[in-house]
Amino acid sequence: MRYAMAIDTKKCVGCSDCVVACQTENNVPIGYCRDWVVEVVDGTYPQLEIEIRSERCNHCDNSPCVRCCPTGASHYSDGGIVLVTEHKCIGCAACIQSCPYDARFSHPDGYVDKCTFCNHRIQKGEQPACVEVCPTKCMYFGDLEDPNSDVSVILKKRKYKVLAPEAGTKPHIYFLI
Amino acid sequence: MKEELIISGRENFLIDPYIHIWEWQIPVYLFIGGLAAGLIFFSSLYFIQGKEEKMPFIVKIIPTLVPLLLVFGLFALFLDLKHKLYFWQLYTTIKLESPMSWGAWTLMIVTPLSIVWSLSYLKEIFEHWQKNYPLLYKLTSWIEKLILRLGIFRSIIKLGIKQRKPIAWIMLVMSVILGIYTGILLSAFNARPLWNTSILGPLFLVSGFSTAAATILLFTKDKSEQKLFSKIDLLLIAIEIFLIIHLFMGFLASTTVQIEAAQLFLGGPFTVSFWVFVVFIGLIIPAILEVLELKGFHIPVAIPAILILIGGLILRFIIVEAGQITRYLY
Repeated sequence: MRYAMAIDTKKCVGCSDCVVACQTENNVPIGYCRDWVVEVVDGTYPQLEIEIRSERCNHCDNSPCVRCCPTGASHYSDGGIVLVTEHKCIGCAACIQSCPYDARFSHPDGYVDKCTFCNHRIQKGEQPACVEVCPTKCMYFGDLEDPNSDVSVILKKRKYKVLAPEAGTKPHIYFLI
Repeated sequence: MKEELIISGRENFLIDPYIHIWEWQIPVYLFIGGLAAGLIFFSSLYFIQGKEEKMPFIVKIIPTLVPLLLVFGLFALFLDLKHKLYFWQLYTTIKLESPMSWGAWTLMIVTPLSIVWSLSYLKEIFEHWQKNYPLLYKLTSWIEKLILRLGIFRSIIKLGIKQRKPIAWIMLVMSVILGIYTGILLSAFNARPLWNTSILGPLFLVSGFSTAAATILLFTKDKSEQKLFSKIDLLLIAIEIFLIIHLFMGFLASTTVQIEAAQLFLGGPFTVSFWVFVVFIGLIIPAILEVLELKGFHIPVAIPAILILIGGLILRFIIVEAGQITRYLY
């Protein structure tokens, strides 16, 4: 089992529904977010190109946050999901400094918070909230080791990239290009 | 032209627009850790070399500062934690890949050992105060009496005096780990290109030892100790300048993100504060003053010593602050 997500940058319109769905589903405190939308504009008018990406924790295979955590609060869970155990986290921010995607933040209650791939939902066989609500259906989620899962099928058909591969983290959010 | 923008309005506190979650506590601790490491290193080194009686101030007296510094440093680290009541979780595991875990355990060993070391020289310390700082002695002489009255302290003192040699060896090794760890703590984060260089460990180690030498210069009354530590400090400053040049050579020959990190100091917002305050005022001027003093000019030794201490502190503030700005994306 290896969970991953693929996001179609050609279909994403940047509506931020995924951001709001996540905040609602996970009770993210007001003023914070676990996922966000990036718009890249390249060129000068009229030769313009645009790419829109919905970004979040990459649930890396070689997670610097798990490596740097002094207490083991940041850990790998089933399916390669990177999670934080709240009552083990001391809030030292080593993981925040170690993440090349700046995907983590300090929760107002003190511990470090981030995307969980909606672990509580996928355990029930549901999709993560962001994937579920996407109005353009540009997000695909599933098990990379299952060749018939949504994410495996789309990654076979399309070209894709990951963010900051040079950081050596082996990220698992794929952007279809 | 390529422009990347977060359009969903991410404003995570202390993360956006750039990370600034480590404030004054971390650089202050890194400074204190390096300084304490240097003081421990010199005192245990000269003890092992059998110079206890020849250099009593360095072996016996100045290490009194170490427990005070370390406790203050630990307190700064505690203030930095955002989930403070769970700090004890640090001591429920040993994680070899985590520099933070190494640091926590190193401090757990060094701090009590430094207390035992100072307790074992309790008599000499108070004699020194009585001779040199009568007011301080008057105010604190009751502490000595209180400590000597408590049985547990008496047995710790007895143990400390008996086991000085093994303690000195452990402290010598631990001081190098403590000093180099203050740099490795930062260099282990590959997400912050400015920190992600193996030069940072040796640089902070040498800089820490240099601040320790400056502290000794500031307090010692012995002329021969002053001369020796002026020379040691000069050597350390030379190594530090060499490492700084090396640091930037490495960055400029590396990847885009590291070249951009170096640009912060080569024309970017940290240029003046780094080259003027850290390199010029914190290293070059004190080096010139120390050379002049060794040549026989009368320069109050406190001036180069204080400049080195200020330079060391600013170096850590700048590296921590600038490192948090450097990143891979956006």
